[in-house]
Amino acid sequence: MDPQETKLALAARAVTKAFDGRQALDGIDFEVAAGEVVALIGPNGAGKTTLLSILAGISEPDSGEVSGDGVAWVPQQAALYRRLSVRENLLLFAHLQHDAGQTDEAPEAMVDRMLELTGLADRADDRVGTLSGGNQQRVNIAIGLMAGPSVLLLDEPSVGLDPAQRERLWGFVLSLVGEGTAVAFSTHDIQEAERYAERIVVVAEGDGLFSGTADELRQAVEAGGGPSGDLETSFLAFLRERGH
Amino acid sequence: MRWLLLKDLQILKRSPLQLTLLVLYPIVIALLVGFAMTRGSEDPTVALYNAMPAGESLGFGGEEVDGNEIRDQLCDRVDCVDADSTAEAKEMVESGEATAAVIVPEDLGEKIRSLASLTPQSPEIQIIVNGSDAVENRVTDDRIESMLGEANLLLAKRLSEGAKQYLDLILKGGQFDLLGQQIEVLGLQKSEQILKKIEPKLPPGTDKEQLQRAVRFAHLATDNLDLAGPLLTAITEPIKADKVEVGDQAPSLDTFAIGVTVAFALMFVTVLLVAGSLALEKEENAFTRLTAGLVSRIQILVGKVGLGTVVGFAVSLILMVGLGLFVGIEWGRTPYWLLALIFGAAAFSAAGAALGAAAREVRAATLAAVMICLPVALLSLVPDDAVGPAIETAINLVSALFPFRPALDAITGGLEISGPNVWLPLLHLAILTTAYSLLARLALRRF
Repeated sequence: MDPQETKLALAARAVTKAFDGRQALDGIDFEVAAGEVVALIGPNGAGKTTLLSILAGISEPDSGEVSGDGVAWVPQQAALYRRLSVRENLLLFAHLQHDAGQTDEAPEAMVDRMLELTGLADRADDRVGTLSGGNQQRVNIAIGLMAGPSVLLLDEPSVGLDPAQRERLWGFVLSLVGEGTAVAFSTHDIQEAERYAERIVVVAEGDGLFSGTADELRQAVEAGGGPSGDLETSFLAFLRERGH
Repeated sequence: MRWLLLKDLQILKRSPLQLTLLVLYPIVIALLVGFAMTRGSEDPTVALYNAMPAGESLGFGGEEVDGNEIRDQLCDRVDCVDADSTAEAKEMVESGEATAAVIVPEDLGEKIRSLASLTPQSPEIQIIVNGSDAVENRVTDDRIESMLGEANLLLAKRLSEGAKQYLDLILKGGQFDLLGQQIEVLGLQKSEQILKKIEPKLPPGTDKEQLQRAVRFAHLATDNLDLAGPLLTAITEPIKADKVEVGDQAPSLDTFAIGVTVAFALMFVTVLLVAGSLALEKEENAFTRLTAGLVSRIQILVGKVGLGTVVGFAVSLILMVGLGLFVGIEWGRTPYWLLALIFGAAAFSAAGAALGAAAREVRAATLAAVMICLPVALLSLVPDDAVGPAIETAINLVSALFPFRPALDAITGGLEISGPNVWLPLLHLAILTTAYSLLARLALRRF
């Protein structure tokens, strides 16, 4: 999907952010179109989580602009109350979202819809602490989706999940994409990025170094005399070429 | 915000241990403190072996002191158990049956009577104590010293009375019993009268002058010996205490005990609950999600302080009512102590929120809460006069910065009209609630 040809769901321009004198983001640009899936990849400390939290409106950039409405953010670790049941967690956030004016839908209806969507209706009364990591992540994402956001930001969503759980999780996320939701996610799993993302953005030391498809990244590396092979090999060569 | 409060109550309900503690804690504490307060202190058991012949009177100078009277004085402040011999009394102490033994020797009466003679001997009784329990020994020592003081005072009074009778005899004359023989004593007053009658009949000369000197001496001695009686009475109890209370009246000991019990319970329940609950938001990663456009940090803070106030108030109310079953509470002053509980719960909640926001981890918050609350609360109980001025100032400053002392003052003032003024501590608690809430809000910036 070419973002130039479609409506942008979220865009950030020349965003900077520093923590205690360390530059986490250094004038980075980022955008995601409606219905697009974008993967943010990069080494540890590259600024992926910082960028996602600024896009979600959780933290303020030092400079630059962010535009986009209806953005939902799903943190890396499940932000849930483990002693409450699945339904109670969903109901709490449904009430809060409703009271915050993020949706007009009745909280109880939202909860039923999300239980249906996540396939967790039969576990609705189970305490979240008793669920598997994959199911906790589904509830975690469901809370982010309750108000019907146009953009879903996922911070390393499949960390700690086994392959089967990961597949179920992505099946769930891609079903949302089919309904027009834009998804941007950060990951260290290059295969996951290649498999599920339409576009890859490489970030290192707060800079956006590359934006394109997995094939385009491979071609760029090969064109520069780098090795050919899988995406992970190309990605590492790409970073080395640029001194990271 | 009500959803946050409901959520916290739901989480609380889901922790059976925490919930049980919150319900049982005030009940158990009320029972323990209530029983302790109503049962009163027990006197130490002292074995008493009285080797004096039965029914021996310790009379001297016309005053009689029955041996049983001495025993009653000795046993007034301890629980006396009679022993049949010194060995049995010693065994009772060694076995722990008695914490001490008092041995009254056979010759005690004789020695006491000698105090009124020309060859006085010092009467002695023997005390046997068990050295294995330092605290109990101290209590027993205090009691025995006190009872000996009482017995000595009784004997001193009787001796004084005897001495006064001798003085009266010298002054006014009368019969004196010496070794079973009645001896007539003339007395100074009659001597003066006789001499005065003789003096005019004597012819002028040297003898008349000598007689006039004897009359003057008898007159002076009569006048001055009149003063000796009150002086002897004063010697038996030279200093009398005339206690005058100034300043605010202190609350009764019962009220103070209730205040301390409730203030401690309120502090621990509220500070630990709020500190832990706020830190849990961070540990469960929910804080960031909540503050991402759903609720403000201030709303979260108000929710936590509200939770602590509601739960702390409920727990302390149960405790207060429980204590009221054992100790008389002035129920007419209920609105005052209810206000004290609410303001106290709010101030402790705000302090707990500040701790939880600063610690950011449940375990660290819990540890910090205990490590700060306990010493500060104990410091607040140190009486002003027990330390020097510099330490007193430091303690007062620390106590003023933490809600324990104002909460205690508000509760005791609320319970008893003679307690501290209730409005000042309530204002103090309101200021602390605001200050700690501001600190918590600042700490939440880096939460």
